[in-house]
Amino acid sequence: MYRKLRLWQIGTDLKKTFLYFSLALVLLFVWQVLGIIGWLNPVIIPSLPTVFRSFGEYFSSGELLRHIGVSMIRVLEGFGLAASLGVMLGLAIGLSRTLDRMTDLLIQILKPIPPIAWIPLAIIWFGIGEASKIFIIFIGAFYPILISVVDGIRRIDPKLIELAKILEVPRRRFIKDLVLPGILPPVMTGLRVGLGIAWMCVVAAELIAASEGVGYLIMDARQLSQPDVVIVGMFTIGVIGKLMDSFLRWLSKRVLVWNVTYQGE
Amino acid sequence: MNGDGNLVIHNLSKEFVNSQKVIQVLQDINLSINQGEFISIVGGSGCGKTTLLRIIAGLETNYQGTVTLSGKPLNGCGLDRGVVFQEHRLLPWRTVKDNIAFALNNVAPQERERIIQEHIDLVGLTGFEHAYPHQLSGGMAQRVALARALVNRPQILLLDEPFGALDALTRIQMQQEILRIWEIEKNTMILVTHDIDEAIYLGDRVVVMSSRPGTIKKILRVNLPRPRDRSNVEFAYLRREIYREFFASKDEDLVYAI
Ligand SMILES: Nc1ncnc2c1ncn2[C@@H]1O[C@H](COP(=O)(O)OP(=O)(O)O)[C@@H](O)[C@H]1O
Ligand SMILES: [Mg+2]
Repeated sequence: MYRKLRLWQIGTDLKKTFLYFSLALVLLFVWQVLGIIGWLNPVIIPSLPTVFRSFGEYFSSGELLRHIGVSMIRVLEGFGLAASLGVMLGLAIGLSRTLDRMTDLLIQILKPIPPIAWIPLAIIWFGIGEASKIFIIFIGAFYPILISVVDGIRRIDPKLIELAKILEVPRRRFIKDLVLPGILPPVMTGLRVGLGIAWMCVVAAELIAASEGVGYLIMDARQLSQPDVVIVGMFTIGVIGKLMDSFLRWLSKRVLVWNVTYQGE
Repeated sequence: MNGDGNLVIHNLSKEFVNSQKVIQVLQDINLSINQGEFISIVGGSGCGKTTLLRIIAGLETNYQGTVTLSGKPLNGCGLDRGVVFQEHRLLPWRTVKDNIAFALNNVAPQERERIIQEHIDLVGLTGFEHAYPHQLSGGMAQRVALARALVNRPQILLLDEPFGALDALTRIQMQQEILRIWEIEKNTMILVTHDIDEAIYLGDRVVVMSSRPGTIKKILRVNLPRPRDRSNVEFAYLRREIYREFFASKDEDLVYAI
């Protein structure tokens, strides 16, 4: 009985893992088959083995890692700036009705401007060095973080605010013990969204003006007509984006042990 | 504690303006509550019980009439008045212990530990110090809320239907706990309830309120030794008296309601 139960357990785990990877595997399989029967024009869509070979070359020569490292540092700088300024300004706006009223119009107008539309100005202002890329990443990641903080504060249960009033909790402790933990769930989501956008922005910025980074790798390969390398770059962007999001999800689970959420059925 | 601790409500009226309509919620409330007294307030839903407690707590400041504590008019909230709300209002990200600590300002760390443990023991939650609110039953959560309201040793504890959401057995248990705590703390208790038995079981006096506008219809004194026996003749008589206040005069309403 015990053994059976364990086997069944392993069975469901396997099933879950299989389910998780199944769609991606099917896609790879179709790709491979199409390549073998010769339906793919290698100039437009390279065959799967070619892509793997390019990946192997770029990876073992260390070039891929170098580009990843450059892009990663840009993201961390831009995102770090957006996160710290977004949280600070969000707190100030969320806690002050005057500041909220004062900044609302400007934020509402600036927010819909896509980060890519800032690239020309960024190049004029900061040149094509690091600063312009970090600026673009900052613009992209800033608003979702800012808004998650302000919205999070607006959504704090008024009953808890009333409780703090009854208990005469001083302002500093009100912010530290009630506001900050109270907005943590939406802000963790805001950070995840912001990091995702930051990663997209770095690639966009590198596509236009850069001499290294994953975006540059793709653009360079296009100019040299190497679609296999383009795909290697794109795949790398996707995987790293997923890994960063997984990390933040894992982090928010650790930080939000008290938060009981609906997981879907 | 300074002053006599008596709470005097004089000609209190309160109205709310709701989309240009003025709702008279409380009208001409007069009530004097002595330090250490246990007052039960019963009334139908929407008759202004919560509003009355919120005024005493200092959460509502816009009203007519006067409310004085120890002779001084109320001025906003104060730690001399504790509140237990109908919902527990615990911070979901804090453990039992830290939720109680949330109420303490400017207390030295060692003193703090002692006060918190003392109150956890007082409400019978020893062993649950590190549990989170989502791990507690409704009754336990309300005990934490009670401990949190008590740590600052308020002169007056305001209880707004604190057991309303609990099952009948837990509720009776909590009523006994409240009595025990009251006998230890010797503070003034003002308990709002829609449960007539609960009002008689606990109160020195039972204030019966009418609805729309909320007025005091009757105040009954409960001259029964504690712990009270709910099957006692006098208890049954008081119960009938209060029932009559709600239903005899409202026979017609009741017919329509059915
Ligand atoms: N903030 C408010 N604004 C407008 N009307 C209110 C407000 N609070 C309470 N009321 C109204 O006052 C009446 C009494 O409410 P409440 O004191 O909560 O009654 P009870 O606690 O006896 O059920 C209700 O009709 C309610 O709709
Ligand atoms: Mg109420």
